[in-house]
Amino acid sequence: MSAPNKSYDPVEVETLKPEEIERMRDEALAAFAAADSLDALQEAKVAHTGGTSPLALANREIGALPPHAKADAGKRVGQARGAVSKGLAARQAELEAERDARVLVEEAVDVTLPYDRVPAGARHPLTTLSERIEDVFVAMGYEVAEGPQVEAEWFNFDALNIGPDHPARGEADTFFVEGPRGGTESGVVLRTHTSPVQIRSLLDRELPVYVICPGRVYRTDELDATHTPVFHQVELLAVDEGLTMADLKGTLDHMVQSLFGAEMKTRLRPNFFPFTEPSAEMDMLCYVCKGASVGNPDRPCRTCSSEGWIELGGCGMVNPRVLTACGVDPEKYSGFAFGFGIERMLMFRHNVEDMRDMVEGDVRFTRPFGMEI
Amino acid sequence: MRIPLSWLREYVDLPATETGRDVQAKLISAGLEVETVEHLGADLKGPLVVGQVLTIEELEGFKKPIRFCTVDVGRANGTGEPQEIVCGARNFAVGDKVVVVLPGATLPGGFSISARKTYGKTSHGMICSSDELGMGDDGTHGIIVLPPETEVGKDAIELLELVDEVLDIAVTANRGDCLSIRGVARETAIAYGLPLRDPALLDVPGPNAFGYPVKVSDPAGCDRFTARTVTGLSPEARSPIWLKRRLQKVGMRPISLAVDVTNYVMMELGQPLHAYDRNLVQGAIGVRRAEEGEKIVTLDGVERKLHAEDLVITDDRGPIGLAGVMGGADTEIADHGDTENATSDVVIEAAHFDQVSVARTARRHKLSSEASRRFERGVDPQAASAAAQRTVDLLVLLAGGTAEAGVTEVVAPAAPRTITVPADHPDKVAGVTYGRETVVRRLQEVGCDVYGQDDLIVTVPSWRPDLTDPNDLAEEVIRLEGYENLPSTLPKPPAGRGLTARQRLHRRVGRALAGAGYVEALNYPFVSEQVFDQLGLEADDPARRVVKLVNPLSDEEPALRTALLPGLLGALRRNDGRGSHDLALFETGLVFQPREEQRIAANLSVERRPGQDDIAALDAALPHQPRHVAVVLTGAREQAGWWGKGRPADWADAVEAARTVAREAGAELGVRKGQYGPWHPGRCAELTITVDGAERVIGHAGELHPRVLKALGLPVRSCAMELDLDALEQVGDDTPQAPGISTFPVATQDVALVVDAFVPASDVEAALREGAGELLESIRLFDVYENAEQLGEGRKSLAYALRFRASDRTLTVDEASAARESAVTLAGDRTGAVLRG
Repeated sequence: MSAPNKSYDPVEVETLKPEEIERMRDEALAAFAAADSLDALQEAKVAHTGGTSPLALANREIGALPPHAKADAGKRVGQARGAVSKGLAARQAELEAERDARVLVEEAVDVTLPYDRVPAGARHPLTTLSERIEDVFVAMGYEVAEGPQVEAEWFNFDALNIGPDHPARGEADTFFVEGPRGGTESGVVLRTHTSPVQIRSLLDRELPVYVICPGRVYRTDELDATHTPVFHQVELLAVDEGLTMADLKGTLDHMVQSLFGAEMKTRLRPNFFPFTEPSAEMDMLCYVCKGASVGNPDRPCRTCSSEGWIELGGCGMVNPRVLTACGVDPEKYSGFAFGFGIERMLMFRHNVEDMRDMVEGDVRFTRPFGMEI
Repeated sequence: MRIPLSWLREYVDLPATETGRDVQAKLISAGLEVETVEHLGADLKGPLVVGQVLTIEELEGFKKPIRFCTVDVGRANGTGEPQEIVCGARNFAVGDKVVVVLPGATLPGGFSISARKTYGKTSHGMICSSDELGMGDDGTHGIIVLPPETEVGKDAIELLELVDEVLDIAVTANRGDCLSIRGVARETAIAYGLPLRDPALLDVPGPNAFGYPVKVSDPAGCDRFTARTVTGLSPEARSPIWLKRRLQKVGMRPISLAVDVTNYVMMELGQPLHAYDRNLVQGAIGVRRAEEGEKIVTLDGVERKLHAEDLVITDDRGPIGLAGVMGGADTEIADHGDTENATSDVVIEAAHFDQVSVARTARRHKLSSEASRRFERGVDPQAASAAAQRTVDLLVLLAGGTAEAGVTEVVAPAAPRTITVPADHPDKVAGVTYGRETVVRRLQEVGCDVYGQDDLIVTVPSWRPDLTDPNDLAEEVIRLEGYENLPSTLPKPPAGRGLTARQRLHRRVGRALAGAGYVEALNYPFVSEQVFDQLGLEADDPARRVVKLVNPLSDEEPALRTALLPGLLGALRRNDGRGSHDLALFETGLVFQPREEQRIAANLSVERRPGQDDIAALDAALPHQPRHVAVVLTGAREQAGWWGKGRPADWADAVEAARTVAREAGAELGVRKGQYGPWHPGRCAELTITVDGAERVIGHAGELHPRVLKALGLPVRSCAMELDLDALEQVGDDTPQAPGISTFPVATQDVALVVDAFVPASDVEAALREGAGELLESIRLFDVYENAEQLGEGRKSLAYALRFRASDRTLTVDEASAARESAVTLAGDRTGAVLRG
């Protein structure tokens, strides 16, 4: 540092000359521009903005000037320092952007790499299809009812108008439960349908009753491609004043439309079940060909075997005897019911070709069905 | 029931153009389940003619006897010369009339006939068997030998009625009337709006005193017994071709004329008949219940011990038939062919037996016959005398017999059955306005007599015992008006409450486990009792008490599961065997636990609602059926890959699955060291809940015992969890409460505590939590460290991160440290933990 300029002669302070300050500024800016890395810029920063940089030194000289010259010089130095600082920041930003761009490129990955660290789980399609059907009816105001799978014969047969000598009782392929001390009489069976849940609902609930009864049922069929001794049903029961077969038909139509599309419909054919009277077999329009395959050998349909209709299950008006057994006045109330097998629907809705695939628990079968269907 | 269209046309004048498919569609719409229409002789093409065998030359030197024949076929071959045919069958002789297929013809199955060299000769056609013509079994196992009077050169396609359509109908249990051509013809006539020629409308002589004596001691079991006698049956008489053909088409095998005639009439009218050899019946025919200890040998050659409820036909010696089910061997009419002993005089029985009695006897003796099938489903009692008459007529006509004038009819008086039904009842059931006129007309069509205006008094026809209730009549009207014409309306149920908490929990548990990588498997509940040995259960383990089946599918697996694991482990093994080695499976489902004392479920009345006590007693006769959830794991839980190493499934995954389920249930689950059958004794967690202050074990989780894995053929280190989901649900809470969220800064403090290795981490954590007080926001164990050199033998270090936060202020370092110190102090007091130096 120079000694104070007692004579106040600005000319003697070489570093504060305007040309000199401009030169310092330009040298600094040139050095920044020349810096080709953030490290080089850091060096240039120390050299041109640090405490011993020419402009910093020049700034100190201002104090040596006579008062009238101080303002002028101060302004010049200040402007130069400002320009340098701005230039530095600009270059800094430039170089950082360059560095970031380079690093991000280097960090790039192959996003097509497969990732199966924890393979996805899945719920069984019989479970999720059953829930899907339940939801259709829950949305209409029905409630889901459940009951035991090992069931008293009275609930499974008698209350449903299948008396001890009814031919249908012998045809039901029933699993019987052993009685006390290994005897054959127990009055208890593995339920052959979910209909006993309808009886329990009528006994337990306030009228009117609108319930849907999903669940596992059992019949003594050997397992093969189209049979399984353990399968799943969904049954519906509605008991109210003034219910008609037209209501049954409308409810069925609504169900198949919800599950298979707006243009779907059902067809009823007369049949016989002890627990309903009148009774019907219900078919749904084939959701694949919509009936177009019938009599049209050029467009065969695998789903319905070119029948145009798919057999769904049984239905009818609740037999008044069933209502009587449950203490419901058949003079005042009427009802309808239907039931069908989930396995069958899963087969034709999802092209399952072999019933065994549904019972063996092979993860390759179940995984594609995910959480809901 | 198989219905030949040609037979049906005999009673209904269907338009000639109607095909089997047309009739099928009409009958299906009317409610008969016509499963198939079989087109007999669809691909059959002549010439197929009657020939007479002129010469037979036995060809020598072949592995089997071969005949070279000349056969006269008249002008059918164009030349009138004898036809040279090689034949392998031997059941014919020179002069016999046979069926000859000539070159140019096609037999069923697309089998084209041409002249061809065989056995050193040229065969110009074939002599046919019934099999080759697609006629069904005729019992001869050889070529067809026609009656001698058959005309040579005649077209055999027409003669043998080879072209026809047969409808196969699955008759429902209520429509016994449709197990006959008569019944199906009635439905067909209604469906087409055509008149029916009822084959049961016959002139029948009235009963008299000269008939075969019959004594019915049980009129409830047998309300009608008609007996007729035909004498002097020709021993040479054979069933004519038309009769045999009709029996074959309905699926019966022709046997002998008398038997064939009774079968024919049963098929035609639906009335089961029985023919007794009169010379073998001793004394009067009786109908009564069997006496305990009586026996009978039925026609199938089986000796049967009778039950006191069995209704039997008797003669002076005792039972000679199981009423409505099967006749006895003692009075069987002799097979023709044995002309010496051929039956010449028969007594025809046409009776009506009680449905329930026949059903029980058939079931008791495991003997289902064409007769019992019909009686069980209902036979027209009014048709008995007509059926007897028809049988007599045919025996006279075809066997040269003489009808005796005696007619026995024992009839228990019964009023016609009437049903009173409001005329608009069918409208109310259907939701359609048919109107009284339509209702009456439809009921009359099915054979009812109808009187009355607003209330109809309906007398149902004798052939429809299934019509008993107003809704039965409604069904007749609605089905004939067409189910397809029902409108589609929607009822308006009251607002529902949605799924129950329990139902939502079941769904949530499934989703949570599937979300954690588990795949659901739904296994059969059938288990063997040996599986409990394989699972290493103690001899007195309650899980060994099982519900057993009387008639299991497999004798190996007679019991119902008391746990999900046996089935789920089976699925694990199956998957592993199929090459999937990294597995995580789950199942939720019912298990079955017998009551302490098993009771028989009573058969309650169906006439009224049972009392609450009765219902409770039924429920008490059922086993407990709680819902369980289980998981099994094996192989890698996390796969190795480009990201780095994988991780094998271990005990902790199994325990975590239990915690996942408990979280979904909103239940507090206790986890502590346990020891139970299938699990590795050092790696088994006992899962507990607290109900009313009492702790209860609801399941286990961990690694499975190596011995169990070996016994079940499962991969080493497989893990499993099973718990009682119902129990968990019971203590759960599905409305979690929101915590207060403080926005003041957190103060984090770590502590490493050294304890004896056997001290459960859960005890240490519980003490820290309690000691830290309410400033503690969370605590997390982030390291477990065992090093004998640094910590001493049998010691471990547990490192916890404690996060403190206050709801109303920023904590000072001193406050956080004080809380930490009191936590450590309490852990020290409770578990002997010391801060790691």
